[in-house]
Amino acid sequence: MLKFTCPACRIEACESELVNGGEAHLTRSGPGDSDEMFERYLFMRKNPKGVHFERWRHAMGCGKWFIAARHTATLEVFGTYPAQAHEPPADVIAAIKSRYPAWEGFK
Amino acid sequence: MSEARLHTPLGGAGFKGYVSFTEVAPTGMIALRGDLANATVAEAVEAATGQGMPAARRIEGGLDGGAAWASPDELLLFVPQAEAAERTAALAEALATQHALVADVSDMRAAFTLKGAHLRDMLAKLTPADLSPETLPSGEFRRTHLGQIAAAFWFEAEETAHLICFRSVADYAFDLLKEASEPGGEVGYFSI
Ligand SMILES: [Zn+2]
Repeated sequence: MLKFTCPACRIEACESELVNGGEAHLTRSGPGDSDEMFERYLFMRKNPKGVHFERWRHAMGCGKWFIAARHTATLEVFGTYPAQAHEPPADVIAAIKSRYPAWEGFK
Repeated sequence: MSEARLHTPLGGAGFKGYVSFTEVAPTGMIALRGDLANATVAEAVEAATGQGMPAARRIEGGLDGGAAWASPDELLLFVPQAEAAERTAALAEALATQHALVADVSDMRAAFTLKGAHLRDMLAKLTPADLSPETLPSGEFRRTHLGQIAAAFWFEAEETAHLICFRSVADYAFDLLKEASEPGGEVGYFSI
């Protein structure tokens, strides 16, 4: 079972209390950007077997969105943080690097 | 309309099993969204419910006058049913200059009171929430799901809890609780 601690209410919520919102830290494209950039923003997604950042919503709970860093194969959770963050906080990065030194970063 | 509001979705139905429960009498409920750290908001909550601002995930008071923490910017207030409209208006008035939302949601939900020594075990059959007394002590307002539906519950005492869910799924909640409370279904994990 996948469990995340919601950073908004601090409840350790299980997967059935949450809704997945897809890949986190997308770069938005808009007016003025090329078709390729817009296509990438709308349709192109990472699908790693490894460290991944995802948006989740505590739907059966406080209702807030947050971001979770986890490993898609082992289901290890490296941390969760508010959806407003533009990049992963240092402690989450450190947790990932201590476990997977060869990890290439979140971009 | 005021007449219709006196009817709860299940007409006060109850069940006696190893856990007993009944649908409670109509209860006034007010949804409040705003800045919970704001002193004016706290004063308005106290005026409406007689309770102080609840800490994260907590409920102050109970069904006859209570303030439950629903999210970092949301409370669910419990007031006497007959005074719900008046207190909603008073809250809206008090928070008129705030970035806040106040709504009378008295007709939105069903509420149950549950009693029994095996209460934690019974609820644990229906929800993924951690029912241990350490994680869920009295006064902890837990929003989660019960079977397929959203619900929230809190323990008033070790053998008494209250549960709310949307009105439209009240019969589903009743059936779930009934099935899980049938005599012979005691688990004996949290209570022996
Ligand atoms: Zn939450």
